[in-house]
Amino acid sequence: MRMKRTMAALAGATLALSLAACGDDDGGDSPATVEENPEFESGTTMAELAEAGTVTIGTKFDQPGFGLLGLGDEPEGFDVEVAKIIAGALGIAEDDIDWEESPSELREQLIEDGTVDFVVATYTINDERKQRISFAGPYYNAGQMLMVQSDNDTITGPDDLKANPDQKVCSVTGSTPAENIKQYLANADQLVLFDVYDKCADAMEDNQVQVVTTDNVILAGFVSESDGEFKLVGEQFTEEPYGIGIKKGDVEFCEFINQTLQENEDAYLEAWDSTAGQIEGTERPELPEPDPCT
Amino acid sequence: MDPVLDNLDLYWSGFLRSLGICLWGLVGSLALGTLIAAFRVSPIPSLRWFGTAWVTVIRNCPLTVVLFFFAFGFPELGINRSYYVFGVSALIVYTSPFVCEALRSGINAVSAGQAEAARAIGLTFTQSLGQVVLPQAFRTSIPPLGSVLIAMFKNAAVVGAFGVGQDLFSVGKGLANAQGYDALPVLTGVAVFYLLITLPAGAILALLERKVAIVR
Repeated sequence: MRMKRTMAALAGATLALSLAACGDDDGGDSPATVEENPEFESGTTMAELAEAGTVTIGTKFDQPGFGLLGLGDEPEGFDVEVAKIIAGALGIAEDDIDWEESPSELREQLIEDGTVDFVVATYTINDERKQRISFAGPYYNAGQMLMVQSDNDTITGPDDLKANPDQKVCSVTGSTPAENIKQYLANADQLVLFDVYDKCADAMEDNQVQVVTTDNVILAGFVSESDGEFKLVGEQFTEEPYGIGIKKGDVEFCEFINQTLQENEDAYLEAWDSTAGQIEGTERPELPEPDPCT
Repeated sequence: MDPVLDNLDLYWSGFLRSLGICLWGLVGSLALGTLIAAFRVSPIPSLRWFGTAWVTVIRNCPLTVVLFFFAFGFPELGINRSYYVFGVSALIVYTSPFVCEALRSGINAVSAGQAEAARAIGLTFTQSLGQVVLPQAFRTSIPPLGSVLIAMFKNAAVVGAFGVGQDLFSVGKGLANAQGYDALPVLTGVAVFYLLITLPAGAILALLERKVAIVR
């Protein structure tokens, strides 16, 4: 009997410990600070959100290091942490944030019809998108690169692709990198498109494609997982400033976000270190100068 | 900004690419399906067994599994071809058992007397099948074959997701995502261009049925 009770106590203790461990993983120690009752001019987006006490934020659920929904209830990643910093400045704790999955092709629509209050989702600032929404930030400058197998000496940069049409290039359907790389290719058949980068990496492992291209941070993740099979080549050949998508023309909210990021640079760097910074081969960024709000 | 009218050239090239996949699929699956149907009614037990196994296994696999097997399984085994070849082959293999079964219903509808008469005048099995039974079977099975083929045209959209690219599916994705157009009109445009393939196909099949139907 006594023995049984000891075992039960032990089992209970183990359970409590493992539960506590789970709690830590869920990002409970987020670097974002939550303001107590911040004051905003009435009528602004900030006042509305602070008043409501909740916010709906769009992010990716399938982008390792930036926004990835695992087995938990909440996505994890750099974008998620940046969003928490902004929510915190509005006086909204992370428990009061609703996360909405925002796949690339739906981001503008989610902002326009008000499903989300803002979007932080590896969202490259460009002019086509600016016609429908506005961007705060940028909060991060990514750049496109090429990844090849370690024994590939043919390709040393994007300029080698035209001369080697048998070197197939893989990227994701409809993404900015896929559009950017087209000008470097000999013909349209040189480009292979999948729905996610994982398939590109698989295809390269099996020699179906020879090059994978997208933003450097995503490629760095694959290189570090590949046990030396893959390598990055050449320099960054594009600038991909990631911005925060908000309703078109909401200048006050845009300025508020930019100011919040500038004031919370430490939290920003901590957010990087605990997420995308964990991926081998990524460099800690400096907070970029924000673009003027329009 | 009107996403479809502004990008008609892109849609058109995507349409041609998709049409190409459909046409290769049409020719390939009719040929392979007919061959498998011949196996299933042949007097040689091992061929019959092979035909039955082919239909049972492939007809019960989801299309995406067959596509995955071609696009990622074969390269794993060291067989490398372009994704276009893999995609079209997978579509042909996937559609062939359906063609086979539609055709076999037509073969069963040909009265036994026809085959017996063919044997009586000294035709071999291949000759009687090719010159007497199959021509009649094809005419009878046009309605079910039509449904199978139209279903295949629509399945061709899935092929685009397996690295093939430049088809209507990829064009739609590109416009909605990188170029920031509204998804709904873009995808409506994709649907309209698919109707440009399937509606005429249905009309041609109806015409064919009227022309060659056997009046009994």
